[in-house]
Amino acid sequence: MTNNLGPFTTRRRVLGGLAATGATAGLATGLGTRFAQAQSSAPLKLGFQLHRTGIGAAYGRWYERTTKAALKAVNEAGGINGRPVEVIFEDDGTDAARGPQVLDKLINQEGCELVFGPLFSNVVMATAPRAAELKIPYLVCSETHSVAAGKLNRWTMQPGITDVKSQVRAVAPFIFDTLGKKVTMIYPDYAFGYDHRDFLTQAAKEAGAEIVKLLPIPVTETSFTRYFAQIPRSTEVIYHVMVGPGVLTFVKELGEFYGSNHPKLFGFIDSLEAVNIDTPSLSFLEGTHFWEGDCRYAQPDETEFDKAYRKAVGVNDQGAAINDPKEISTYAHMFSCWETLYVIKAGMEAADYKGPQDRQKFVEAVEAMSDMPASMQHPQGAKRFNGKTHQVFGHQNISQVKDGRLVRIERTSIDAGLYPDETDYTKMSF
Amino acid sequence: MGFWPIFLLALMEGLVSAAVLAITAAGLSLVFGVMRVVNVAHGAFFMLGAVGAWFVTTYVPGPPALVFLAAMILAPLCVAALAGLADIAVLKRLNYSPDATIVATIGLLYILEQGALSFFGPSARPVPAPFSFRIQLPWFGYSGYKLAVVVAAVVLLAVLWLMINRTKAGLVMRATQSDPEIARAFGINTDKVYAGVFAFGAGLAALAGVLVVPIQQAYYLMGEGPLLMSFIVVIIGGLGSLRGTLVAALFIGLSDGVISMFFSPTLTEILATLLVAFVLIFRPQGLFGRGAA
Amino acid sequence: MKALLLHLGVLAGLLALNFLAPAYHHAMLARIMVLAVFGLGYNIAFGYTGLLSLGHALYFAAGLYATGLLSQAGWSAGPALLAGVLAGGAIALVSGALALRTAGVSLMIVTLMFAQAGYQTILYYTPLTRGEEGFNLTNAGRMLGPVNLTEETPRYLAALALFAVALLLKLALVRSRRGRVMVAVRENEERSRMLGYDVFRVKLVALTLSGLYAGAAGAAWAVLFGYVGAGFAGIQYSILPLLYTLLGGAGTVLGPFLGALLMFYLIDLTSDVSQSYLFMVGASLLILVVFAPKGILGSLRARGLKWLP
Repeated sequence: MTNNLGPFTTRRRVLGGLAATGATAGLATGLGTRFAQAQSSAPLKLGFQLHRTGIGAAYGRWYERTTKAALKAVNEAGGINGRPVEVIFEDDGTDAARGPQVLDKLINQEGCELVFGPLFSNVVMATAPRAAELKIPYLVCSETHSVAAGKLNRWTMQPGITDVKSQVRAVAPFIFDTLGKKVTMIYPDYAFGYDHRDFLTQAAKEAGAEIVKLLPIPVTETSFTRYFAQIPRSTEVIYHVMVGPGVLTFVKELGEFYGSNHPKLFGFIDSLEAVNIDTPSLSFLEGTHFWEGDCRYAQPDETEFDKAYRKAVGVNDQGAAINDPKEISTYAHMFSCWETLYVIKAGMEAADYKGPQDRQKFVEAVEAMSDMPASMQHPQGAKRFNGKTHQVFGHQNISQVKDGRLVRIERTSIDAGLYPDETDYTKMSF
Repeated sequence: MGFWPIFLLALMEGLVSAAVLAITAAGLSLVFGVMRVVNVAHGAFFMLGAVGAWFVTTYVPGPPALVFLAAMILAPLCVAALAGLADIAVLKRLNYSPDATIVATIGLLYILEQGALSFFGPSARPVPAPFSFRIQLPWFGYSGYKLAVVVAAVVLLAVLWLMINRTKAGLVMRATQSDPEIARAFGINTDKVYAGVFAFGAGLAALAGVLVVPIQQAYYLMGEGPLLMSFIVVIIGGLGSLRGTLVAALFIGLSDGVISMFFSPTLTEILATLLVAFVLIFRPQGLFGRGAA
Repeated sequence: MKALLLHLGVLAGLLALNFLAPAYHHAMLARIMVLAVFGLGYNIAFGYTGLLSLGHALYFAAGLYATGLLSQAGWSAGPALLAGVLAGGAIALVSGALALRTAGVSLMIVTLMFAQAGYQTILYYTPLTRGEEGFNLTNAGRMLGPVNLTEETPRYLAALALFAVALLLKLALVRSRRGRVMVAVRENEERSRMLGYDVFRVKLVALTLSGLYAGAAGAAWAVLFGYVGAGFAGIQYSILPLLYTLLGGAGTVLGPFLGALLMFYLIDLTSDVSQSYLFMVGASLLILVVFAPKGILGSLRARGLKWLP
């Protein structure tokens, strides 16, 4: 830090001096809150940035359950470095403005060691700079390509779920070779939608296929029929990746518009997470295809890991809550919370993590990871972590709706989703 | 598809959104017109109607058409009772001060949304239509239920018009609207009128929510769009004018539909939004309002 | 004199908190001060001039995006900030020149429509703006001369400096002749016109000033917190300054700051107590408004503290 700031430096110096004595957390917790401790027997606190309210709430509910289930398993097996683990959940309202505030609260008031868990990319983008300022490991479960694209920082990592770019590249050959070469894309007017547009267009070029029409739709839209008239007749495949509650309307209206004589459909299950697919209003989806991160319906060849994981998070073979079959899980994505917690455990144990002073060592330990075999730690399947881009890569599933169930018909290899590095975070300073 | 089929589709879609909008906005128009308060929670009442329809159709056994009919009666009644209660407990105490009412209805909105989140949950849930048939036109198919919604809206608005213009309740309401002081002098209990109007307006919003839910889905944050749109419709139509509200709903629904034929969806929204702004800039009192609004 | 002392006292208190406040509250206060500037500006239009706008998110977003995009294009923080402030004012001037042809509820809808169109425009240009997801400013873009705004104390003091300037300017404004004319327009437009005031011009100036404040808050948000996103252009960010103003007291200088402080801590504290904190926030708003229908300072003023500006 430069010293030409005069009075500006006072507070920092005080903080810095205290930090050296290892008491930062004590000062930081402030009025009337608990004091974090650095003794080796005290529980290790981890912060979870949760979409409990706002548009991410359907995911948030399951991200919380999955994380609690993983936490239980971790603690039953002796915790992390022999210390019991505690996860503190704090709601961000799926709101970018609240994101950094939640991080502050988890770190400075609750005394957490790090923060993980956000899905929505606006929250990730808004919070990442704050994580870097406070020098806090920030492990996101978001699918956003912004991590691997080098737009974030050394402290932000995505070790639990594959990013959109890799997902699209992995499933593109199936779309173009099996379904058709003339594709109309319908996607939300969100950065996330544009990522799909860019990556599929690129993949189409490489495969000699053609994107015949792009239809970005505002997320606030509640009726879609009038835009279907813009879908060209030559379309062989409609690629749809909608978000938000409007998707039910979308599917229903597509069905009413086309009837039985429709182009092939390929969609991302993101649209229908937490939504019962076996309902009369979605019968139009029969026979169409979906990307799934993890298979909602238990497949005949389900691994023992997935079976045990499914039971631990309280989900039945149809992907619904065991105690309320009306409540459908966000099964395709929520494994990322489970796996991220286990990456945290592995990273902390590799770094011999003791307290806040080891945060940098923890990030370096995660960066050093590479192959993660399928196991109870990685029930969705094997993964490969790229320490340079802070991004993990895994298998993707392509499922077809048969008799109202999602049946897996293809599982892509990890290699199919790889692409050249776009950044090298390890060369960046902390 | 040629130009005319697309045009037809755009008109049909515009008509459906106009129908739903007209019912929601008619409720707001009454509240706004009679009580002169901005009710930010109006969209939440709409949402509660849809959520109520989900509860009724899920837990009441019986043939779908009858159950749906039950939802059309039960959900608006419950919502109206809730709104009446809110009026008596809070708004009355504020003397319907415009500023304080905005804060109070924002508070109400938070409470209702949290209630829906806690008891109904965060996911969108479909409600089946009471009947399902698909009309196959030579160029495209269309949902029969959507057309039924248009018919239902026409009937409802006609009944509403008769009620306001031909019944004693309507007379009392109109008297309170034009001058509360004089109404009181004639022995009208304006407090009761206000509570009744607030409840009735909320009930209409809820009814629109019930009607729309088979087309869309029940979701705890679904009220924001209808709230904004009905405000726009009420102002464009001219305060307190039911005819204006109806014409404005048609104008907005159809113009939105037709603009969408020529532009990409987001550009459509931008243009339709600006169109509304400019209508008001050149006709600040709304289409059917008198004098300064 | 009392009034000036009160406001200087508040500023001195905030300065003292820079050294005393625990880290969490220190960071939160910096955010509150920036959003309070937004509220202060809103109050110039709404509380003092009687213009009920539902579109101030547009001016905040203009500042946020002008600064953010220019910073991305390589401008340094100083000029980018200045551009952001001016963008807020310029958009307010242009949209105001059109919108102020209307009044009352029509003005509310026209401003809302302009803001919605602005929000949709940001999404429409997602390849440039990254839409909802938004983008981060680089650390280099957050250096104001030698001052590193990614660090806690400089950031806090920068937010305080902005807040102090905004507060004192507003205090001077409402006590000036122009301030009194604004109130006259709010209270009785016809009479002000008959007294020879150009009512349209008074309103337009008030709205533009208000836009400058909103733009400054948006620009400061981009540089101080390093994030720009479409969420800040949505309807919530038009309602927030209105809520801050009404809670604190419309037509009071400090009101919006108190309102912002209250809302931040209401959410923060209730979310500690319950998962259903939105319910508690809503209930608190109802209770507050029943006991202080004119906002905190407005009700205090009505109950004796007549000198409150």
